[in-house]
Parts: sequence; structure tokens; C-alpha cells
Amino acid sequence: MTEPRPPVLMVRQLRKTFQGNAVLKGVDLSLHEGEIACLIGPSGTGKSTILRCLNFLEQPEGGEITFFGQTLCAEGGNSNIFRIAPPRILQAARARMPMVFQHFNLFSHRTVMENVVEGQVVVLRRGRAEARDRARDCLARVGMLERADFYPDQLSGGQKQRVAIARALAMSPALILFDEPTSALDPQLVQEVQGVIRDLSAEGMTMLIVTHEMRFVRSIAHTVHFCEGGRIAESGSAADIFGPNAPPRIQTFMEVAHG
Amino acid sequence: MYNFFFYAVPEHFPFLLQGALVTVELSLISMLLGTLLGFFLAVGRLSARRTLRWPLDAFVEVVRDTPLIVQLLLIYFSLPEAGIVLSAFWAGIAGLTLNLAAYLSEVFRAAIVAVDKGQREAAISLGMSPVAVYCRVIIPQAALASLPTLGGYFIALLKDCSLVSFISVNELLRHATIVISDTFDSMDTYIMVAIIYFMMSFVSARIIRYIELWLTPSNRRATISVPLTMDKEGAR
Repeated sequence: MTEPRPPVLMVRQLRKTFQGNAVLKGVDLSLHEGEIACLIGPSGTGKSTILRCLNFLEQPEGGEITFFGQTLCAEGGNSNIFRIAPPRILQAARARMPMVFQHFNLFSHRTVMENVVEGQVVVLRRGRAEARDRARDCLARVGMLERADFYPDQLSGGQKQRVAIARALAMSPALILFDEPTSALDPQLVQEVQGVIRDLSAEGMTMLIVTHEMRFVRSIAHTVHFCEGGRIAESGSAADIFGPNAPPRIQTFMEVAHG
Repeated sequence: MYNFFFYAVPEHFPFLLQGALVTVELSLISMLLGTLLGFFLAVGRLSARRTLRWPLDAFVEVVRDTPLIVQLLLIYFSLPEAGIVLSAFWAGIAGLTLNLAAYLSEVFRAAIVAVDKGQREAAISLGMSPVAVYCRVIIPQAALASLPTLGGYFIALLKDCSLVSFISVNELLRHATIVISDTFDSMDTYIMVAIIYFMMSFVSARIIRYIELWLTPSNRRATISVPLTMDKEGAR
């Protein structure tokens, strides 16, 4: 974070509408290697949509996304036509920034091991043996190796999410997108998933996390982005955002968030 | 009773079984072809391309809105006028296959649509191509979900095969007709026919159930015991 290297991910004026409703009205965001950025803010302000536009699960409708110097979408030239990169480039980009979902979305017809192997073999074209070795590594890192032969419906929510993180890790990602990774979990399971994410942060993994867990954000984030009204309204270090001198609208949000 | 056990059964049962064998052949071949065709119909009908979707929709509609027996008669008696001559057996296969495929395409379509959206998103977010998403994630899950329904259709098919006796395929029911025209003993003969159909369906149902359990992912693990529940979501 300290040296002025070009950002891993750069987003400019990202826009998206759903049925005429402008959800993203021009989002600017950049993320550096090793940085942990959290997106916070009231519900319905487009936090998840930002994430889903980054890997093109939703098609953005304007603005620019650059990932490792590669333009994924941009408005170009005089005519200002919005263009999205061809599918093959998007697929390659997705493989380098896998997503961890709120509802885990483990492949239900495959075992834990197969879930973690799948993307490596199908997308990265790794050999099965190599993929299994790597999967074992990743499962060990999230503490799920002993459940390698289980099917997802035999696991608790927290365990599923840890496997989902291992599945993302196995892709040797440059960046992991977390879309409310603990929102679907029972309170006592939240800790185990947060613990895994914390371990990744210690290893220097670059992460972009949408979450409502303010205490977690405060303890882990390098940068906090506060979303409101389809824009990033405030950005700052965790200390700025959570400190006594935080902007008033954030203080208001925090009061509500902590109820 | 005496007549049934000591005359009708020993005299005619083997001949009826020969017919039953043809019924089984018809069913298995039609099931195999109908499943394949039905699958491709379903995928085609889910395609975004209207030029592909529309004719397939029309085909399914026509097949489902006309009786199987009429379709069989058309294939066997009317197609030769268009220059397509099929033996009775293969005309029967053709009719049963087309009919089954039309119905199964609905089953598969429902099962494909019912696969959780999150599964697709997870596959896409790993960087899979649309083809890989379909082949590695959607289809396997949809296939599993449609299996119980598929089994039901097979048992229905076994019995629908009796309709091809109308186009002179020598299957079980036609053999029964032959026996009756010899002996005028319709009651005993039909009882035997019913027993054979029951046995075939009963055995098929057990086999299908066994295949379902065997293919359900969580049952393939021997190390822990799981309640044998089927099919959480999917085909109706």
C-alpha cells in the first residue's frame, strides 16, 4: 500500500440502472495490491451491485473498469460509445478475481474437494493431480481439509463459506471479492468465517469486502468506502471513518447500524 | 381357476413372454432415443434464438396435443405415401420416441430453469465459459433433479407400448390378441397380460429407485449415513 504502484483495480464513473432506476450513478474506486477495502453503507445503495459489476455478473452501462492494466469496459473516443471487453477477456479477469457469495453457492452436486478443484481444472487447465494438491493446501488454510469428501449439504453455513473461500483461493487470485460473506450465517458462525478472512489479510491477500459487520471492518480494513445514493460518498482509512472526526452522515449511519 | 393354472398358463404364458420381450425392447430403445432427443429439444427451446425456439415449441405443442395412437397410425400408414417406409417395429419406435421426447423436453426444461441461480453465478465468477457453466454445473444438477420424473415416464412408456399393437408390432398385447383368437379365452389371457405388465413395471420401478439413490451425491459416500431424501428442488 505504501509504494506508489499502479492500482490492481481501477474504477471510474461506473454506472448501472435497473429498470430505469439508476443504482450506480458514477462510482470511483481504486484498489492496490495487498489492500483490504470494505464497502459499507445503508441497504439498497448498490454495494453488492458494484461488486457484481466488477466481475460482470451484472453488465455495467457506463464508466471504466481497469484490472491489472487491462480495460474491461470503457467509454471511448469522441462518440463516447460504451464498450465491454470480449467474453474471453472477461472470463480470464473473473478467474483472477473470484467472488465469495452471501449464500455460498457451492456446487451442490460436487464434494468439497471437487468444488475446489473444479475451477482450476476447467478454467485454469491445471492437471487433476496438481489441482488436488492445491485444493488440499487451500482447504487446509481454511481448516476444512478433513471435510474434503463431504457434500455441501452436509456442512454448516460457516463451513460452506470457508470452502467457498478455499474455492476462490485455489484460483491463485489477485483479488477476492466478498459479497456480504457473513450475512447468511448464524451469529456464532460469523466468527469462524471472519477468522479465515483475517488470516488471509495477514498473508497480504487483496480483498474487496461488502459487509455490514462494522466491528469487523474496523479491525481489518485499510480503506473504507461509504456508499450512499449510488455513489461512494466518503472514503478513508478505518481510523478516519470510525474516528471521532468522521463525517456526520457516517456518524448517523453508524448510530443506526449499531442500533 | 383350474383352467387358468393347468391349461392357460403353461400353454400360453411363454408365448406372451415373447411379446413382453418385444415390449421391453421397444421401451428401452424409445426411452434412450426419447431422452436424448428430449434433452436437445429442451436446450434448443431455452435458446435465445427465436428461429430455433419457435419451430421446436411448435413441434412439442403438436405432439402433445394429438393422441399417440394417431401419431403411430400416421407414421406407419401415411409416411409411406411420402416415401418413408418404416417396419412396424421402427415405426413404433419413431412414434414412441417423438412422443416421449416432447414430454421429456418439458421435464428437462423445468429442471434446467429450476437450478439455483447462485450455482450459475458461482460458475461464471470462477471464469467458466457459458458452455462450461452449462456442461459442468447446470446440466448435471438438472439431470439429477429430473431423474425421478424420468423414471415415472419410463413406467408410463412400458404401458404405452401396448398401443403399437395397433400397427401390428408383435409385442405383448398383440400376442395376447393372437392367443385369444385361438382360444376365445379372453379373461385368462388378459389376466396373464396384466400380471406381466405389473411385473415389468414393478421391477422397473425398483431398478429406477435404486439408480436414483445411487446417483444422489450425498448417498455415494459410504463413510457417514445420511437419510435417503431425494430431490430438494427441481422437476415437477
